[in-house]
Amino acid sequence: MPQYFLAVNHDEAGAAEMAEMTMEQMQPIFEAVSAFNDELQEQGAWVFAGGLQDHAATTVVDATGDAPVVTDGPFSESKEYLGGFWIIEAADLDAALAWAAKGSKACAGKVEVRPFQAEPEA
Amino acid sequence: MEAVERVYREEFGRVVASLVRRFGDIDVAEDAAGEALLVALERWPVDGVPPNPGAWLTTTAARRAIDRLRRESHRDAKHQAALMITDDTAHESTGPVEDDRLRMVFTCCHPALAPEARVALTLRLLGGLTVAEVAQAFLVPETTMAQRITRAKRKIAGAGIPFRVPSAADLPARLDAVLAVVYLVFNEGYLATSGTAVRDDLTGEAIRLGRLLHRLLPEEPEVTGLLALMLLTEARRPARLDADGTLVALPEQDRGLWSRELVAEGHALVRACLALDRPGRYQVLAAIGAVHTDASTAADVDWSQVAALYGQLAALDPSPVVELNRAVAIAELDGPAVALARVEALAGPLASYHPFHAVRADLLRRLGRPAEARAAYDAALALVDNPAEERWLARRRDGLDPRRPGEER
Repeated sequence: MPQYFLAVNHDEAGAAEMAEMTMEQMQPIFEAVSAFNDELQEQGAWVFAGGLQDHAATTVVDATGDAPVVTDGPFSESKEYLGGFWIIEAADLDAALAWAAKGSKACAGKVEVRPFQAEPEA
Repeated sequence: MEAVERVYREEFGRVVASLVRRFGDIDVAEDAAGEALLVALERWPVDGVPPNPGAWLTTTAARRAIDRLRRESHRDAKHQAALMITDDTAHESTGPVEDDRLRMVFTCCHPALAPEARVALTLRLLGGLTVAEVAQAFLVPETTMAQRITRAKRKIAGAGIPFRVPSAADLPARLDAVLAVVYLVFNEGYLATSGTAVRDDLTGEAIRLGRLLHRLLPEEPEVTGLLALMLLTEARRPARLDADGTLVALPEQDRGLWSRELVAEGHALVRACLALDRPGRYQVLAAIGAVHTDASTAADVDWSQVAALYGQLAALDPSPVVELNRAVAIAELDGPAVALARVEALAGPLASYHPFHAVRADLLRRLGRPAEARAAYDAALALVDNPAEERWLARRRDGLDPRRPGEER
């Protein structure tokens, strides 16, 4: 079955807004995401999911040269960065888009859907 | 030769759609259909056109596709597997007619594809236009169009856009996208944004697609409404331009030139879709077209009904363009001063929409304000690209008489 990457991107403005939110305000989002994760598992669509720490915690390793070079900070200074993701199995794009719609509602953010390159051998 | 190509064009969508279902690969289907044409061009002039040319082309193309897939054994296992497949897609009830072309149109018009790619794919795969013809239709270089189509096909395969009629729950939204594509093709043909005045190749293609959709989805009132709308618009085409290619406004058109067959067919379709009592944008637009074509002279047009229908349209699909058209009807009912006040309120959103300035100019002319009318015609002329409309607007502007007060009211 094809796998899809459902990405939730964050940006500085959104991150600042989130930092301002109280636990009570965050709670409904946590609950909605948790319910969405349960549904993915019950329906057999779940592969993996996770939320990432702030992009300030990023380290880049470049071993394309003679010795690995380690640097602080994200590789590119883009406005948006990956905040969290799901990896799901879905029969086709329509099924993946339907999951993405539910995920977007649950996490209160836009979800980017990208197919994985090849379907893994069964 | 020409007959073969006409039949081929008619049957192309059916052949490709059937092969896509069988082989799960648009490129394979397209190439095989192309090879089948070469065989037909060779054989039909000698043997005659077969009694069921569509089935003949499909069988021939399928054989070519299988030969090719067998030859190219290095291709991935998926294609090999496809050889064994006859039909593994779940059959959903799509009414009395189950047609691969219906799956195809929903694939081509999938919301995950860019709007311009939807139009291009639909014309190419369903309409059977060549890439060069599609490029010409939208005035872009052939290489650009080829890239656009290739990219869209790659996304269909890569992202797993299904070859399937959407579920009943998703159908209305997905159908909207399909109808938008057909209507866009029609409008591009009817009022080409630039170049020639009318591209009847495109209006003809849109009507052909509209008829096909209507055959496939006879119970969907918006599909019927769109076909009716296109036929009632097309019916007036012979009267739309004068001898030197200048646009003729609706009230001045020679109604004797309108196609009686298309008007009758359009009226019957309007009645049929309204009877289903599920109103929608295309049905209301078609009903407006029916009111116009119902009147034997311009003076007989039932403007109160036109205004009421635009009111209904504004409730269904509110937009400044709808309000502009509503104001045109209101000018006939309540006079140009009332209409002008409504039009002026649209200046913000419609500042770069040339019909806004044209309507405003006409109202100012009728109110005896020629200097302002002239400025408004100039604003419209600065924005218009279509040569027939340009000549019409210029003629209107040059006909203004600054010394004479308003000729109406």
